[in-house]
Amino acid sequence: MSLDQLTITRVGDRVEHADQGEMVLNMGPQHPSTHGVINFVVHADGEVMKRAIPQVGYLHRAIEKIGEIVTYNGFMPYTDRVDYLAAMFANEGYAIAVEKLMGLQVPPRAQYLRAISCELNRIASHLVSIGTMAMDIGAVTPFPYALRERESINDLIEALCGARLTYNYHRIGGVAFDMPDDWIPLCRKWLDHFDKTLDEWDRLISRNEIFVQRLAGLAVVPAAMAIDYGLVGPNLRASGVDFDLRRDHPYGAYADFKFEVPIGKGYAGARAGGKVGDSYDRFYCRVLECRESVRITRQACDKLPGGEFMAKVPKKIRPEAWSEAQSRIEAARGEMAYYVVSDGGERPYRVRARTGSYLAMGIIEDLSRGLMIADLVALIASLDVVAPEIDR
Amino acid sequence: MKELLDKIVLERLGHDPATWPLTQGVYLAAMLLVAVLLVTFGAVFAGIVSWWERRVAGRMQSRIGPNRVGPGGFLQWIADALKLILKEDLIPDESDKVLFRLAPYFVIVGFLLTFVVLPFGYHLSATNMNVGLFYVVSITALVVVGILISGWASNSKWALFGGIRAAAQVVSYEIPAGLVILVPIMMAGSLNMHDIIRAQGGNPWNWFMFQTPMGFAAFFVLFTSLLAEGNRTPFDLPEAESEIVAGYNTEYSGMRFAYFFLAEWGNLWVMSAILTTLFLGGWQVPFLDSRLRMWEAAGPGNVPAWFYLLSAGVFALKTLILVNVVIWIRWTFPRIRVDQMMSLCWKYLVPIAMGLVVLTAVNELVSFQIWGPKAQEPVGLSHPRGWIHFAWFAVGGLLPLVAFAMKTRRNIALTGDRVDLTNW
Amino acid sequence: MPALTAEQIHQRLAARFGEAIGALSPPKKDPFFTIAPEKLLEVARFLKSDPELSFDFLQDLTATDHPKDGVIKVVYHFYSYQHRHLLAAKVHADRKSPELDSLEPLWKAANWMEREVYDLYGVTFRGHPDLRRVLLPDDWVGHPLRKDYSEAGGYHEISNVRDNPLDLYLNLDRMVKAQQPPPPAPQPAAAAAKPAAEPPKGA
Repeated sequence: MSLDQLTITRVGDRVEHADQGEMVLNMGPQHPSTHGVINFVVHADGEVMKRAIPQVGYLHRAIEKIGEIVTYNGFMPYTDRVDYLAAMFANEGYAIAVEKLMGLQVPPRAQYLRAISCELNRIASHLVSIGTMAMDIGAVTPFPYALRERESINDLIEALCGARLTYNYHRIGGVAFDMPDDWIPLCRKWLDHFDKTLDEWDRLISRNEIFVQRLAGLAVVPAAMAIDYGLVGPNLRASGVDFDLRRDHPYGAYADFKFEVPIGKGYAGARAGGKVGDSYDRFYCRVLECRESVRITRQACDKLPGGEFMAKVPKKIRPEAWSEAQSRIEAARGEMAYYVVSDGGERPYRVRARTGSYLAMGIIEDLSRGLMIADLVALIASLDVVAPEIDR
Repeated sequence: MKELLDKIVLERLGHDPATWPLTQGVYLAAMLLVAVLLVTFGAVFAGIVSWWERRVAGRMQSRIGPNRVGPGGFLQWIADALKLILKEDLIPDESDKVLFRLAPYFVIVGFLLTFVVLPFGYHLSATNMNVGLFYVVSITALVVVGILISGWASNSKWALFGGIRAAAQVVSYEIPAGLVILVPIMMAGSLNMHDIIRAQGGNPWNWFMFQTPMGFAAFFVLFTSLLAEGNRTPFDLPEAESEIVAGYNTEYSGMRFAYFFLAEWGNLWVMSAILTTLFLGGWQVPFLDSRLRMWEAAGPGNVPAWFYLLSAGVFALKTLILVNVVIWIRWTFPRIRVDQMMSLCWKYLVPIAMGLVVLTAVNELVSFQIWGPKAQEPVGLSHPRGWIHFAWFAVGGLLPLVAFAMKTRRNIALTGDRVDLTNW
Repeated sequence: MPALTAEQIHQRLAARFGEAIGALSPPKKDPFFTIAPEKLLEVARFLKSDPELSFDFLQDLTATDHPKDGVIKVVYHFYSYQHRHLLAAKVHADRKSPELDSLEPLWKAANWMEREVYDLYGVTFRGHPDLRRVLLPDDWVGHPLRKDYSEAGGYHEISNVRDNPLDLYLNLDRMVKAQQPPPPAPQPAAAAAKPAAEPPKGA
């Protein structure tokens, strides 16, 4: 047996031969920084990788199959688990799809409540993303800061719906509970505090020389490549594509709000080698999105209308036979699309959740050629992939 | 110390030290005693600084840190040490068993042997080697052997990564470290640690760090290099938790794991002690320079006992301040990448260190021309050389300190916070 | 650049490809039409390259299983960032041996999405560079999202059936009682004392 056949990685049906001098490593599934249980089979020549083959499926819970067994209403808690870091979006996407099927009109107060809870959840999700990214790069301190802010968001949302992580708050036709009376002043106070915290973050890590040097110019994704590979959300915007579902195809209450959409501009600066679509852009777009979410939440709190928080929904939800609907929402990790097919019964015929992280995994293998192992960690963190969204 | 021991043999035991056959036994007993003291100091300091680091890290991260075991969590390190000692000694089946067992001892020995020459105060150190500084630099090279062996013997690819990164890093950063310690050596004219301290004065403007701009730059170059040698963030690539799980100590558990971390925390003291000796005036007490010279001129044995203690206290204070700065840096900065680390060393630190050596040599030659043969002795403010030193101190020490304090106050005010020291 | 409606897109495609394009579905909450499987790649190329359509984003690629009709319908959603219009199309694949052309050469996003459809439905895609299972282990047997999928008795001796814990809970009382020893028989002395203590029965 020749030496170059000595190490063979069997990755599914694809047999990868390791070249002479290459080391084959398993990064994951238990690893401190793969953002959930994801495995990477890395062929490395020293520190430089030749290939990094992702293997997913460790968190596959057959949520789409369960969608065919439970009723329309009963599926709502399962959508929380599609992405438990940004569960409000998953709730909302499914609710909008079924409301389309049933032709329900959601009352305006419910839409505002949905927008407020979603934007708070977006901030919470981005905080985790930024915190873990800093931790993966080595600065442990920003992560507890992020969690500290997230505690306040969790408290606010707990007052709304009773849960801190898997909310089950949006229901088909509206939201489950109304807002408590003293909620809005608390929210406003926290938003004022959070603005200053974001400035503190900027001073701590965004402008830190080592942080910038680690991320600037890393894994540049040009706009055409981002669209081709199907990147969505902050990943897409960081590559320079000016697209945000909240502004371009507004759903819910988003048509009433004024906000900017941050796109990548090479924020790391020319001196550090920053380019449009590098990892630093993806990171910084998320920080800027936090600021925009704060603006949206303030506007929503100011303009919150009164009225019903739930539409009149029939007891048994039975859409018309063989109708289907797709809803698209701008989740924290990108565009989440729910595709629901109904066969006329009270259980869906097919529920499909197309998430942003799943598509982002497809680009990692092609981006990781020639990177170093430390860079792979930074790349995964900058794409903000989470295992529950990939595996469902 | 030999004179002291001879005096004890003569006066207390009543034998002539030159002829008594058991004199060597007395020497041996004394050496063992000193060794035990030093090892205890190293280990206890490592334990205590582990507690301190965890508390400081906790406060920096808006959380508390250990606070259950003992007052303020002070006994946490004893609990951890006990736990690690009592743990099962796991040795991976496919590892190289002999080398796996041997590796921590290289690291610990390399770390503990540096204590032999470290000064602790006025005339307080285990030995007074003429080549003390050279000895320190060479003995710390033993640590990298241990890390490399542990990475290899673990028979795990992640451990191998850590070992190789460590080897590259530590060996590379020994070059600028070795070059830049020539700066205080030239300024003092000796390799002896105590002589280097004597060549500085007690007041900050007489420290090597503030005497000349080369000393100032050399301090930072040495600081960076010693951080890299000690595997502290931002140079903790060999044990980067988020990339290679735990690097070279992935497969280690129990007391062997404790040895590695003992060496790392204890190295904080060694690092800071070297920096204090070379650049911050060592055990010299401010404002007592002239008194010390007076006492020494009057003959040996004239220096009061409280001065010994005070000098030890001053040395410890300066060292602990530096230890805190290292801890502060660890919990603030991210980690740099391997190629960035190598390019920092070879493309930046080595040329800078060489330049500093050349400039210092020129400076000393010119200094000897101008001020004559006594150009290297510490002087007060009455002497014109003292004014030059004070001017550099004002620019290099006072100005940055004031600017830093103002910026910190501004940052705190911007966050909407206040300085609240009761919240410990 | 104007966004076209579904009818306009359908007309454009039907004008170009004729019978390969099925009729536009009645607007049951999201219009779609079918594409003949043999023309799939050509139509897709046209969708991507035509300047008035320019669908540059393969937004979703999934499938639905219809055992009664004997097809697996692979559903494609396309979106154009330039014109901001969306399109839904379906391709029927024969259920006994489902095979379609892969769209991976046109949109790299199809790579992982087609792998998922292969994994969960068993549809093979011709020309896909790396068609293997993605969410399930490599040696899994069966395609779970099919309607007639049955658990094949476990995976590597890990069973995937268990008793319904609700049954266990509801029947707990009965099970506990069945395990207890029977109560002792009544004593004869108590039986003799009973007629004296009984109140006289009313007539």
